[in-house]
Amino acid sequence: MEFRTEKKRSERMKRNDNGILLRTDQLTKSFGGLTAVCRLNLRVHRGEISCLIGPNGAGKTTVFNVVTGIYRPDGGDVLFNGESISGKKPHQIVSKGIARTFQNIRLFSNMTCLENIMAGQHCRASAGVWSSVFGTSRQKEEEKRIRDVAESRLRLVGLWKFKDEPAKNIAYGSQRMLEIARALATQPKLLVLDEPSSGLNDRETEDLIDFLKSVLKEDLTIFIIEHDMKVVMEISDWVTVMDEGRKIAEGTPEEIYNNPVVIEAYLGKEEFSEEEGSYDGPAPC
Amino acid sequence: MEDKKTEESGRIPGSRKNAVFGIVILFAVFPFIAGDYYVDIGFFFGIYALLGLSLNIVLGEVGLFDLGHAGFYAIGAYTTAILNTQFGIPILVLLPVSALAASLFAYVVCSPIIHLKGDYLCIVTIGMGEIVRLALINNPFDLTGGPNGVFGIDFPSLGGLLVIDSSIEFYFLIWIVVALSIIGLLQLQQSRIGRAWNCIREDEVAAEANGIDVRSFKLLAFVLGAGLAGVAGNIYASKLMCVSPESFTFWESCLLFSIILIGGMGSIPGVLIGAAAISLFPEIFRPFAMFRMLVFGAVMILMMMFRPAGILPRKRGGMGFRPDHGNPVDDK
Amino acid sequence: MHVVLEQIINGLTIGSFYALIALGYSMVYGVLKLINFAHGDFFALGSYMGYTLLVFGTAFLTSHLGLWGGMIAAMVTAAICLALIGILVERIAYRPIYPAGRLPAVVSALGASIILQNLIMVVWGPRYRAYPAALIPNIQMQVWGIHFTLLQLVILTLSFILMGFLYYTIQKTTFGAAVRASALDRDTAALMGIDFNKVIFFIFTLGPALGAMTGVMVGMYYRQISFIMGWNYGLKAFTATILGGIGNLPGAMFGGLILGVLEMMGAAYLSAAWKDVFVFLILILVLIFRPTGLFGEKTAEKV
Ligand SMILES: Nc1ncnc2c1ncn2[C@@H]1O[C@H](COP(=O)(O)OP(=O)(O)O)[C@@H](O)[C@H]1O
Ligand SMILES: [Mg+2]
Repeated sequence: MEFRTEKKRSERMKRNDNGILLRTDQLTKSFGGLTAVCRLNLRVHRGEISCLIGPNGAGKTTVFNVVTGIYRPDGGDVLFNGESISGKKPHQIVSKGIARTFQNIRLFSNMTCLENIMAGQHCRASAGVWSSVFGTSRQKEEEKRIRDVAESRLRLVGLWKFKDEPAKNIAYGSQRMLEIARALATQPKLLVLDEPSSGLNDRETEDLIDFLKSVLKEDLTIFIIEHDMKVVMEISDWVTVMDEGRKIAEGTPEEIYNNPVVIEAYLGKEEFSEEEGSYDGPAPC
Repeated sequence: MEDKKTEESGRIPGSRKNAVFGIVILFAVFPFIAGDYYVDIGFFFGIYALLGLSLNIVLGEVGLFDLGHAGFYAIGAYTTAILNTQFGIPILVLLPVSALAASLFAYVVCSPIIHLKGDYLCIVTIGMGEIVRLALINNPFDLTGGPNGVFGIDFPSLGGLLVIDSSIEFYFLIWIVVALSIIGLLQLQQSRIGRAWNCIREDEVAAEANGIDVRSFKLLAFVLGAGLAGVAGNIYASKLMCVSPESFTFWESCLLFSIILIGGMGSIPGVLIGAAAISLFPEIFRPFAMFRMLVFGAVMILMMMFRPAGILPRKRGGMGFRPDHGNPVDDK
Repeated sequence: MHVVLEQIINGLTIGSFYALIALGYSMVYGVLKLINFAHGDFFALGSYMGYTLLVFGTAFLTSHLGLWGGMIAAMVTAAICLALIGILVERIAYRPIYPAGRLPAVVSALGASIILQNLIMVVWGPRYRAYPAALIPNIQMQVWGIHFTLLQLVILTLSFILMGFLYYTIQKTTFGAAVRASALDRDTAALMGIDFNKVIFFIFTLGPALGAMTGVMVGMYYRQISFIMGWNYGLKAFTATILGGIGNLPGAMFGGLILGVLEMMGAAYLSAAWKDVFVFLILILVLIFRPTGLFGEKTAEKV
């Protein structure tokens, strides 16, 4: 098992509160009687790849949905760059700099791949109705910029050849990449990916990892839900583990890898009960 | 600028360019060779084309089920009728006024309901259209003339220079307005706005998650669509010289809805084909009198069987749209 | 107070018409997610069938079955005819179009509606038709000072029996469970061995049959019928469907009854001319505050 953090141990020591880009504070979300997320405190450090892991139904996607404004939290707060964003609309959150992908790919299926990425730049453009109808020179310039950026993004993810193909016609793996490219086109500070490797084969997963590492620049932070432990260990600097709506552990990948509580949550309590009896399951919320 | 132009002409095949040119010539020459009766049919084709274009913004581009569009059309027509007959304001001045009135109405009425989904929005637009029609029948403040409507509307005139009163002049009036609208709407389709609308139609959640203010853009579509319908109402009112509630029924809204679906959602050439079908069909089958509507219904069904995406679905990029994939806004 | 109660009875009478028609919309919508525009015309066609039977068969029917028996016979015959027509329309106009998606099906439904409506006009003519006056006894009744007619009593009783029957079938029988399951999740239902075709057969026979019986009752109640009444009643009934929460059958029944009562109250205490405006305004207000209808579930869309 390869741990990304081994290489960055010195940097990790510098982690402090100023480096936190996203923080949730006692975040709670319930659906009817079911508390999907319960008083969750988690943090994502600037410039790192953070992972959110946990068994199915742990509430990971719900956390993402609350962070990106799709659901309104029932309690607690989400702080992005120190500013509270909970209760804001998704599009407002996008313009603040959080972009996301979905667990079940959600592309604009009848629009071409290029148009999909162009749509991602919507919030970074400003042409209104009249300037569009009359095609003012500013609008034309802006449109050209949008097209140029979209074309370069499309090349970056290697989908140039599908430029004019409706998004629904390309392969599953390509759709995943297209969705990530679309999210990147919003020029985010934080990229939030919900199980980006699910449904991908080994090679595609490798490519995805390489791609994510390559886009991780000074001003981009990545926050991923991932179920493939190998991927988690390989790419993440920081891992948060959830189970039944609560945080049960956080730390560097190697800390998590060796954490009995996590192993227990993943493998079921019965098998491990004799060895490690420390964790008694979540207290009622 | 230059760069864009070459790219455009590179994308539009020569044959299509010629086809557009040919159609424009045909439309321009037609009224000079046809009799007044046919020119009038051409005029109503133009009205339906304009109404189709206006509904296409809401239904075709954004995928909002609007079955009350005749309401906006009525607001435009009655604004013109009332302001012209009561205050003598010239028709051409009232053209933008009618558009604004319909837009404003759409803004006020749609703001509180714009969050409704699919069929719930649909029934509310039906209700809105019916409220408008019933209100017109009930003659509030003695303004709308009840079931008989308003009579004695002027012809449009350009300060006494040119009075638009013959069939041929009305024909050109409506088709010039349609042509200008088409140019504007084609520009919108290729812009950030048109893309945002289509994104909402394809997937509302994803649109919102990609920074599109779904609510505002839906409202914008209603406001623009209503404005254009208001323009159609203005021209219609001055052509007929009278307006009455029976021109703005639920049935009318259904016809407009069919224009879009017969032509192809979000496709401007499609709207023209759909409008032609709706306005010319009953004329062509006039000899069959009572049976023509039976045939009309049957054609609608057959159309949907064999071309569910419409006759001329919108082409995107270079590859084109595949009709056999069914409907662009089908629920997943 | 008595007047209010009388208005409520009037309201419930027309409300039960809306409710019975709404059931047809709601069943089809629940299972196919299709607004079946032709449903209003099934109702109108049923009314005309009943009319023809009563006009030409009166002597025969009444002499063999008695007055009320004759009427029931007319209703049942109309219902059977419409059940056949319903399934025919489904086979011809809807079935081939399902794979194409929802919107083409809506247009096809509009087409079917236009055909049915014009068929009525071609066969029975564009003018009003009057249900035979002599046939329907106009008996006034009074209980605790509240006036109503015998016909109202019969209509209400019959409507509630029909609604009860449908409610029982849908909620308590295995077959009803199959319909409900198909409405919730068609694919899963199919995996569980539910024969979707049977479900469709069921909703496209029962819905139009209920509509036809309602048509006969409307004819007897108002005497006058016209070929466009399918639109008017259809629109109201569809409104009732939405009011109750689309696809929710008990909701559709309550929606219809509430709509009828509101309409009558609006007519009596606000203005008869504005009653429909009042009804639509209420609908819009309800939806603004409860976007999925009165009895619709509030759900967070899963993303
Ligand atoms: N919109 C919703 N309505 C009702 N329950 C939901 C909704 N979204 C998620 N849930 C429930 O919340 C729990 C957590 O779901 P989710 O966040 O998707 O888990 P994960 O992504 O960790 O697998 C699950 O039990 C799920 O059924
Ligand atoms: Mg998930």
